[in-house]
Amino acid sequence: MSTGDEMPAIATYREPEAVIRRVEVTAPLGAAEPSAKAFETKIATEHVSIRYGDKVAVKDVSLQIRERSIMALIGPSGSGKSTFLRCFNRMNDLIPGAKVEGRVCLDGENVTDPDVSVVELRRRVGMVFQRPNPFPMSIYENVAYGPRRRGMNGRRQLDELVETSLRRAALWDEVKDDLRRKSGLALSGGQQQRLCIARVLATEPEVILMDEPASALDPVSTLRIEELMRELREAYTIVIVTHNMQQAARVSDVTAFFTMAEDRAGYLVEVGPTGRIFTRPSERLTEDYISGRFG
Amino acid sequence: MSASTTPSLRLRGSRRSILADRAATVSLWGTGAFVLLLLGSIIVHFGIAAWGVVSPSFVFGDPSDSALGGILPVLWNSIYMLGLTMLIAVPVGILGGIYMSEYAGDNMLTGMIRFAEEAISSVPSIVVGLFGLILFVDNFHMGFTALGGALALTMFNLPLMTRLSEQALRAVPQEERSASLALGATKWQTIRHVVVPLAIPGLVTSIILTAGRVFGEAAVLLFTSGLATPGHYNFANFNLGDPASPWSPLRPATTLSVYIYKLQSEGLGAYVNQVVDGSAAILISMVLAFNLGARLVGRILTRRLTAA
Repeated sequence: MSTGDEMPAIATYREPEAVIRRVEVTAPLGAAEPSAKAFETKIATEHVSIRYGDKVAVKDVSLQIRERSIMALIGPSGSGKSTFLRCFNRMNDLIPGAKVEGRVCLDGENVTDPDVSVVELRRRVGMVFQRPNPFPMSIYENVAYGPRRRGMNGRRQLDELVETSLRRAALWDEVKDDLRRKSGLALSGGQQQRLCIARVLATEPEVILMDEPASALDPVSTLRIEELMRELREAYTIVIVTHNMQQAARVSDVTAFFTMAEDRAGYLVEVGPTGRIFTRPSERLTEDYISGRFG
Repeated sequence: MSASTTPSLRLRGSRRSILADRAATVSLWGTGAFVLLLLGSIIVHFGIAAWGVVSPSFVFGDPSDSALGGILPVLWNSIYMLGLTMLIAVPVGILGGIYMSEYAGDNMLTGMIRFAEEAISSVPSIVVGLFGLILFVDNFHMGFTALGGALALTMFNLPLMTRLSEQALRAVPQEERSASLALGATKWQTIRHVVVPLAIPGLVTSIILTAGRVFGEAAVLLFTSGLATPGHYNFANFNLGDPASPWSPLRPATTLSVYIYKLQSEGLGAYVNQVVDGSAAILISMVLAFNLGARLVGRILTRRLTAA
């Protein structure tokens, strides 16, 4: 069932056959789900533009993200991928002067609406950051942080949730012996990032946003995170920003390519099934980028 | 020196930088040593001077007990005043710091607040004392009281406390806040469970610095809590309305440092110098003890709150 085991250790986008094969391997996975459910749109953006003061960071992006799929946002630095990602859980609210126009719909509900509770939204749309950022607390307290904040206090309930979350994040076996004694910061970089994923899972989200989750990690830890993402895909919708095209090719179902215009505003060039984007992109810009001619 | 082709590990060309490096090491080390020497000599001086003066009967006795006398009433007043001032300054200072760091943002108003905070902190304390005299003693008809002294001290210290708390809270990395908010915590939950716990070492430092100023302050208190040397306190008298009760905030309260000032400037008698030296030694040990104690509490709190 797990595609993680079948995944080649290193697949490169220069081997289109391999990529296509991988896509074919994963296709039946989606088909195995109840088909009506499998293709439902989880997130849809309509003409989303994001501005910081006068500067337009993202211009007019419309795309749809399927439920239980992995969408990769790729593109050169400054193309607005991370900014775009952060409008899904309204983290842009924290930046003074940032303004989001257009609609960002989660299950059909516009999350940019001022009536929407960001607290509720962020519980449903979790986020993993570029640099692993566990709190300087014990492993247990890190994972229990979200549930505690929404009022979960029962010891048994918390214990159970912490264990499930750590198991899902493939970290349980490595940390189960000193959950309460060991600080989250005492773990290795890769373990810290999996702890951060566990911490997000404990809030029981539907969507997980990942902002270059492996860029600060070594290759082995990176592959473990990617494997984990493939496993999580069965239950969650994942959106990942990455600079690493091989990573996008290895892990995602759909790829969206961003770049920036003359006025430095980021925009969406094209979006499509990962296999096609990396083998037969329809835009010249995409082809140039994935072949390393720019970016 | 046979190896002429392979570069030698012995440095040649960079004599100057090596010299500069050594000079920097020596002078920085020297400065540090000087500061330690200064602190050490103060402690040693009063340690020697107070030798033979400080005894249990000196610390826990009344001034009239013997020819040398004791300092219990003024020592009590110092601790009482510290407690009363910190009772007001710590919560207000930390809440003010939270407001300035997490809510206020950077605009004209907060710029003015910060400027005022720094300005008030550098007003000479004798002026603050004079202001306290006019406001509390005269205008409010309070007379010389511990409460008036504590309020004047708060006025003097609150801005510093707020400023230092703000800095301690701001030093908490932004990504800790983002991590908490992204998990669906509210802003207050983030402050309460992440920002404040991580800022504890800095907050403790701000409390220590403020407390040190309260303990050592004489000028502010001369005009507000008074110069009268108390004779004897009955600690069993808990009647807060009674000016004779050591627990009452509405009584004159000469502190240890004011007492030292008074004895040194106008005291007559055979043992004045000994009492001054002994009091100074006690004052220094109290400050050191408070310092170490506060750090210990801070460490325990950090461990408790961050569970790491």
